Amino acid sequence: MTRILAIDDSRTMRSMLQSALADAGFDVDLAEDGVDGLEKFESTDPDLIITDINMPRLDGFGFIEGVRRGRHVSAVPILVLTTETGAQLKQRARDAGATGWIVKPFDEDKLISIIQRLVA
Amino acid sequence: MNDLNDMFFQECDDLLEGLSSGLDDLENGSGDEETVNSMFRAVHSIKGGAGAFGLDQLVGFAHAMENVLDDVRAGRLTADENIVALLFTASDHLSDLVDAARNGSDVPQGQGASILSDLKLASGVTDGDPATEAAGAKEELPAFEPLTLTVDGALPELDELLSPAAPEVTVITFRATPQLYANGHDPALLFRGLEDLGNLTVEADLSSIVPLRDAPWSTPSPSWKIRIVPDDSVDEAAIRDVFEFVDGLCELEISAETAPPDNAVAALVDGAPEAEGPSPSAGPGQGVLTVVDPAAGTRKTQAARSSTIRVDLQRVDRLINLVGELVIAEAMLRQSMDELPHSANGRVDEAMNQFKQLSGAIQESVMAIRAQPVRSLFQRMSRIVRETSREAGKSARLVTIGDATEVDKTVTERLVEPLTHMIRNAIDHGLEVPEKRRAAGKDERGTVTLEAAHRSGRVVITLRDDGAGIDRARVRQIAEEKGMIRLEDDLTDPDIDNLLFRPGFSTASEVSNLSGRGVGMDVVRNEIQALGGRVSLQSEPGNGTSVTISLPLTLAVLEGMLVRVADQSLIVPTLPLREMLQPGQARIHTLCDGDRVLALDNELVPITDLGAALGYRDGAGCIEQQSLLLIEGDSGRRSALTVDAIAEQREVVIKGLEQNYQSIPGIAAATILGDGKIALIVDTDQMIALPVKSGAADRPAPNVTGDAFHA
Repeated sequence: MTRILAIDDSRTMRSMLQSALADAGFDVDLAEDGVDGLEKFESTDPDLIITDINMPRLDGFGFIEGVRRGRHVSAVPILVLTTETGAQLKQRARDAGATGWIVKPFDEDKLISIIQRLVA
Repeated sequence: MNDLNDMFFQECDDLLEGLSSGLDDLENGSGDEETVNSMFRAVHSIKGGAGAFGLDQLVGFAHAMENVLDDVRAGRLTADENIVALLFTASDHLSDLVDAARNGSDVPQGQGASILSDLKLASGVTDGDPATEAAGAKEELPAFEPLTLTVDGALPELDELLSPAAPEVTVITFRATPQLYANGHDPALLFRGLEDLGNLTVEADLSSIVPLRDAPWSTPSPSWKIRIVPDDSVDEAAIRDVFEFVDGLCELEISAETAPPDNAVAALVDGAPEAEGPSPSAGPGQGVLTVVDPAAGTRKTQAARSSTIRVDLQRVDRLINLVGELVIAEAMLRQSMDELPHSANGRVDEAMNQFKQLSGAIQESVMAIRAQPVRSLFQRMSRIVRETSREAGKSARLVTIGDATEVDKTVTERLVEPLTHMIRNAIDHGLEVPEKRRAAGKDERGTVTLEAAHRSGRVVITLRDDGAGIDRARVRQIAEEKGMIRLEDDLTDPDIDNLLFRPGFSTASEVSNLSGRGVGMDVVRNEIQALGGRVSLQSEPGNGTSVTISLPLTLAVLEGMLVRVADQSLIVPTLPLREMLQPGQARIHTLCDGDRVLALDNELVPITDLGAALGYRDGAGCIEQQSLLLIEGDSGRRSALTVDAIAEQREVVIKGLEQNYQSIPGIAAATILGDGKIALIVDTDQMIALPVKSGAADRPAPNVTGDAFHA
């Protein structure tokens, strides 16, 4: 089963992601900031990651760099959750190594179709 | 969805609390970069959640506030006094908007619009300032990198595609950069996305592939030529959509072809998984990982991030109840052991002691679950201070001490009203107007201090102001005018101060909008007493007034006097108890209808026989062999209860009765004693209010028999 790690410091958002992803039949792990996310990433070995950008301790950019250039180099697909639609933020996310992005508030069907396009 | 809704609003409360404490830090200068960051995140999270729930008004306002905080964060805007004040007002309004969204009610428009425009102005001002704007932009610039997207000749073909003479086949040439793989993309999956658009032929050009062991990281990856025979007319935008995420990570050419597909090259249908590019990676670990060390952060961020779980309050209360019973079971066990012959060995005794310690520790820990810091309560008060001082035309700031002091959740909730009233009083009546303060050599800005502390098993909350103190002459004059005291009464200063707690007292020369709402300090005292607390007042002319509230740590335990009445054990709460008297020392008069009164301090206090009042016996007991308990109710009215014997003072665990029985007049609750017997807890306020008539109870006695029951 496809395993997804969702990282957001807002518990409302975590909960929304959890229910949307679980309903679509994914295995979901949650983390509440970048540091927590890196730990969960190592322990759960997800097939795809969804992460928020603005988070305490370690933000989304830092998290992505940690996954891409950290101890265990990984090319796991990472989707960035963002409220901004600005090209600049997407560019930054991509430079950090993000695979794609989801604009909040997200539409569940859109979210699932994006994920399905990224996992085999 | 309802659960999510609740969760969102709960989270908003936490975030607003964090925002408010950040603002406090900014105001008193203890804020740092992380303070602003976490404030930004708080507003950002509120905006994000509000967007998901379609709360547009909230989103719009949060967005404006977020912009200002972002400017502060980026150094484009200095958090000076004006900005902090604006943010305070904005955070109050944000909190109003959250409340309105929660209750589905409307928000008064006028103020919000002006705050919104102030916010926009604050963040907009920097837009017009080229110097600061440039400084801000420079920070963001290194993030840009030129896009390497090749779109040669794409647009003309798009026109052709859309025209009626659109060609049948679209040809896509695609070459991935190593970064594409490193970012988690897989060309095969991209091609699968294209399959939705039509019939697909994919050819890989492997000519540029070198053996893996010779391949440096910069090796060009294979390129693919993809031909789509569209199901319907497919426009280029739909194709670009599929490549949206890899835009800039690949070379992409989209063109139209009228000629049939050239099959000279072996076609690899449905992607080319075998033709994987270099294994995904980036340069050797030069990536700098910036993990903020939590220890290096401020104490506040740690407090804000303490990990928590949310538990239904009912579960906690059930646990508290069970632990209460455990403690009682322990006492019962102890009692039956004491009745055993002493030959029983000492090891049991030792184990028993350990058991007692453990159950005591468990009880304490469980009580601590219901406890929460007064911080959120205090933060709500800072808003009251701001609003009241503005309305009263005075300048005041709130200083809080002991924010982390923990109090039972119910207590923090029920203290909101009394504290609000006390603060309004302090600012409205206590603090002088700025001119007067200057004349008296004080800081024009008054200080209201709210302090919480644990003191000998109780929570003490003190509200101090540095105002003019109580004008005792004026208080006395008003009390005389209202007939509360007589001209010749000799009153000490504390006596006069206590007049403020009398119902219907108001010192405001003119009834003000703020505190003079016909609710006086008497209501404050009633509310505090309902929580099992006491309130007292100290004042020093010229230096201010302080009001002290003392509360029990928990509402589940009550300090009481165990008494015997008509062979029943009863508990009389200690709090309203003023005196214990033996009839011999007291002057008892019998009135003509047989009622008895106690002559005390020039006042006649009605005597109520507890046994008769509760219907345990007809008529009063023999008063010479009884004891008198003098109690004073919320209203200040007093009454003397006669009981057969006073056993001891003890703490008891309160067990509600109403769930199992209906509410019984004169009885507040029950408890279980060490021997497993039930003792009812007397409701002293109701006893005072009961008709004095002894005996002749027209209702069945509240006689609960049997051993420990489960409430």
